Amino acid sequence: MKAVSTIEGRAIPLGLKNVDTDVIIPAHWLKTVSREGLGAGAFETIRAAPGNPFDVEDFANAPILIAGDNFGCGSSREHAAWAMLDMGLTAVIAPSFSDIFAGNAFKNGILAVELPQDQVDRLLEIAKDQPITIDLENQVVTTPFQDRFEFQIDPFRKRCLLEGLDEIGLTLASESAIAAHEIMRRGTTPWLDKTNRRRSA
Amino acid sequence: MASKPRTLYEKIWDQHVVDRLDDGTCLIYIDRHLVHEVTSPQAFEALRLAGRTVRRPDLTLAVPDHNLPTTKRIAADGSRLPIEDTQSAAQLAALECNAPSFGIDYIDATAPEQGIVHVVGPEQGFSLPGTTIVCGDSHTAAHGGIGALAFGIGTSEVEHVLATQTLQLRPSKTMEVRVDGMLGPGVTAKDLILHIIGIIGTAGGTGHVIEYRGRVFEEMSVEGRLTVCNMSIEGGARAGLIAPDERVFEYLRGRPYSPQGDDWDNAVTWWRSLATDEGAYFDKSVVIEAANVEPTVSWGTSPEDVVAVGGCVPSPDSFADPSKQDAVRKSLDYMGLAPGTPIEDIAVENIFIGSCTNSRIEDLRAAAEVLKGRKKAPNVRWAIVVPGSGLVKRQAEDEGLDRIFTDAGFEWREPGCSACLAMNPDKVPPGERCASTSNRNFVGRQGPGSRTHLVSPAMAAAAAVTGRLADVRNLAPCQDGAA
Repeated sequence: MKAVSTIEGRAIPLGLKNVDTDVIIPAHWLKTVSREGLGAGAFETIRAAPGNPFDVEDFANAPILIAGDNFGCGSSREHAAWAMLDMGLTAVIAPSFSDIFAGNAFKNGILAVELPQDQVDRLLEIAKDQPITIDLENQVVTTPFQDRFEFQIDPFRKRCLLEGLDEIGLTLASESAIAAHEIMRRGTTPWLDKTNRRRSA
Repeated sequence: MASKPRTLYEKIWDQHVVDRLDDGTCLIYIDRHLVHEVTSPQAFEALRLAGRTVRRPDLTLAVPDHNLPTTKRIAADGSRLPIEDTQSAAQLAALECNAPSFGIDYIDATAPEQGIVHVVGPEQGFSLPGTTIVCGDSHTAAHGGIGALAFGIGTSEVEHVLATQTLQLRPSKTMEVRVDGMLGPGVTAKDLILHIIGIIGTAGGTGHVIEYRGRVFEEMSVEGRLTVCNMSIEGGARAGLIAPDERVFEYLRGRPYSPQGDDWDNAVTWWRSLATDEGAYFDKSVVIEAANVEPTVSWGTSPEDVVAVGGCVPSPDSFADPSKQDAVRKSLDYMGLAPGTPIEDIAVENIFIGSCTNSRIEDLRAAAEVLKGRKKAPNVRWAIVVPGSGLVKRQAEDEGLDRIFTDAGFEWREPGCSACLAMNPDKVPPGERCASTSNRNFVGRQGPGSRTHLVSPAMAAAAAVTGRLADVRNLAPCQDGAA
């Protein structure tokens, strides 16, 4: 994954709660075998409404999205993260995220920054005409008005993001532990390795 | 000294820890990986680019379901009928090629065992109690119904599991949903889980694994348990679990991938030890009175937007939270509903019986029982039944259920995900309503502009007969064979 440190720029003040992954990228866009080109379908139903924040010229190519509680709920489709990346979004700020989306965002180098609702409300106001900065190393969101909102992030995820680590490569370094587990597992639950399907008569 | 009492979740988790990092992140072994066509092509492609192989193809099973049209798949001359949508066809072809080239067992679109991945897993005995099961689909939670720790993953995680048979995870918090008492007549597993989501909300289980506890679940069929656990994700929980018991063992005995002989006996002994210990601690606990659960219907665009069928569409002002009030206004606008409208006054034009939530044999029997000797109402334009698998379909046909459905004016289709997410040609037209046995009523879920009302199979059948959302308990008994 590409290393991430500081994200600075305009933030789209969406503010909506419970933005589900069907809203982020509707199912008819999922027929692709590629990770590219999904930006065209991102937030399709919201963008279809006149006066939506994605249409505001100032927010073209904005790297940050600000949303409400439970962002990314619903389907596990990683296409949601790919679609956001494809439209230039590399960070989302919200009071809470669904577990699966938070994982998918991380795997794609998208920062999912959790802040309390009152701080998100403040950022929604500021974002209308000012840029926002997210500093991952120092775990803080700042504004031109001296706001400083600290956020928490899993230390393992932080390290992966800052260093752009390949998670599969990291896991493969634990090969001996995986192999040892497989031997233990064969001893305690041998039936789990006998997966030759018996065809039904 | 007795060890600390543990929950079912903790027992399965502990058993699967391969390695533990200082910060608490664990490498967790994955016993079973189910793969379908939509969330896997990019993972296989990345493996190829990195020159990696699949570590345990023998623990992986691939089956197409999301994209497949549910119309006839084989022509009269035995040849396979082409799939018109070229993108769908390409995605299905990718799985058909990727699975064998990485040594993975593949159930073909025309095989009798093909079906929705979450119906196929337990039905084939591939999903077993006490295992960790993943799939690139959030409804993997369903397999918790047989006592497996099962959860949905994204495509990068699909790639990670293919390459390493593990995932890097942090332990979840535990949440107990205890249901006291028993469900009333005509109230089903689907009504119960909709009711639960209405109470805990769509983020109520975020960061948690739910264990459903209480006599209701002990006396619930395996199909019902799969329905309940399936929708855990709609309550924000990545996984839901019910302790495996004799019903589960009987369900799994003799299935194609189930253990045999001595392995079977040893497995059952093992599975019996998995239940949550007395005195085990849950981070969160919710108690539900079963007697309060009525046949339940969704009215909005979030699965937490539910009400008893005898109720009314709520007013935005009845919610305390201003942002929820706003969301309700938007939902009602999208759904074309006015506050205060009795649920039973809402007419529906479409009926969908299917999805990984409600497409198993018990679901089809429940709907057929209501439809027997009846016909769909004239205003119901489109009514389809999509069995969860080819085996469910065959069993239903052996029991004569297909005739009951077609006599009532339903179309009897081939297995797949179908109108649950409308990736294939089965869609609800814009502005029209659908009484649907699926799991999500999101904006545009069943097709752009579609309006979904989530219900149980029996309630979907009642809606078909009356042409509106209706309490199945109030339908007059119908004589067998009556017109």
